[in-house]
Amino acid sequence: MLVVQDQEPDPMLPRRYRVRSTWAELAGVTSVELTPVDGAAVAFRPGQFNMLYAFGVGEIAISISGDPAEPQRLIHTTRSVGAVSAALTKLCEGDMLGVRGPFGSAWPVAAETGRHIVFVAGGLGLAPLRPAIYHVLEHRERYAGMTLVYGARSPDELLYAEEIKTWKSRFDTEIEVTVDHANPAWTGRVGVVTSCLDRALAGIDPAMVSAFLCGPEIMMRFSVMSLADAGVPPDRVWISMERNMKCAIGFCGHCQFGPDFVCRDGPVFRHDHVAPLLSMKEI
Amino acid sequence: MRIHGIEEILSEHPVFKAFDKETLELLAGCARNEHFRAGDRIFAEGDPADKVFLLRHGDAAVEIATSERAPIIVETLHAGDVLGWSWMVPPYRHMSDARAMTEIRAVSLGADCMRTKCDDNPALGYQMFQNLLPHMAVRVRALRMQVLDIYGTKKG
Repeated sequence: MLVVQDQEPDPMLPRRYRVRSTWAELAGVTSVELTPVDGAAVAFRPGQFNMLYAFGVGEIAISISGDPAEPQRLIHTTRSVGAVSAALTKLCEGDMLGVRGPFGSAWPVAAETGRHIVFVAGGLGLAPLRPAIYHVLEHRERYAGMTLVYGARSPDELLYAEEIKTWKSRFDTEIEVTVDHANPAWTGRVGVVTSCLDRALAGIDPAMVSAFLCGPEIMMRFSVMSLADAGVPPDRVWISMERNMKCAIGFCGHCQFGPDFVCRDGPVFRHDHVAPLLSMKEI
Repeated sequence: MRIHGIEEILSEHPVFKAFDKETLELLAGCARNEHFRAGDRIFAEGDPADKVFLLRHGDAAVEIATSERAPIIVETLHAGDVLGWSWMVPPYRHMSDARAMTEIRAVSLGADCMRTKCDDNPALGYQMFQNLLPHMAVRVRALRMQVLDIYGTKKG
């Protein structure tokens, strides 16, 4: 029987995890499913991240992209951009790595029952949102509605494309997918997320919307403007920030963002809390 | 009867719904109903921009053709959108291709007719630009975001 451990005893001490399976999501993007070697699975909340340690290479923060209802299937999706992420995308079944976490704040989806949940994702930003999407889908009857607006560079860079089709096939969700450009074989939308979002919001009572955004900061900035123009209450918009996180517990200061540390106080912030800083240059 | 129908269609379109009845009657004289089947070419790059299309139903792809590769869809347009801006700006030629992705029903406005009415009645011309410009601005802002390639890989 699975015993879920709620808390890590020492946040700086990595636990050993073994790779149960890996699969390619996109070119240069891989998902890994991990299982703990020492002790039980650790519960996590949607939006939290782990520090993944590729032995001999280094450690980076990666959002958890699996289902919080199944913490024994710890899933992370990583794009190969640096030495550590490249090592993580090359992991094979049976390999070992170190995991610290989970860390950080979470998407408050569980507290937003009765409302119309709007997810806005761009590129790999869908990965940190997926646990929250799973939560809403699993408890769909508790929410007034669910809309996902997802944008990517091109059709072959749509993350979780098959899963999106499954979500789209449900009658109780609205899924809008758009890409920045496409070849003529593509039959979906081409255009930026904000155009798609404006249309998606047109049929929803804005006062009932709770919005969760994750993607490039520029995309989130313009999407928040669209949400505000539509009349979505500013205290019902949350974003996930990405900064260079090292210690993950607010000690080292690498991820300082004004008065906050993204690792400790974020990565999920209510937008009106960080809005003044988002427009500052090079912060 | 047909003219009355087009006035109604114009009055329901996002770009023209703010126009008064008199103006809509004037513009309806330049309008006609259009229908395209999926796959139809609506216009091609270099064609005279002799019409602007107000999409009522269906989806259109705006494409840029290149000699080295297949055309690239840079934008899709949907019900409520305006297809074709080149009628407003010399040399009045389309700068891209447009193709029906699905069956399309639209209203087209004749460019010569519209320009003549705007030249004869500068107040109408000003109102026209006031209503069309916000839609163009939204599209320009969107294109800027596309140019930024915000989903590009950050090397680090």
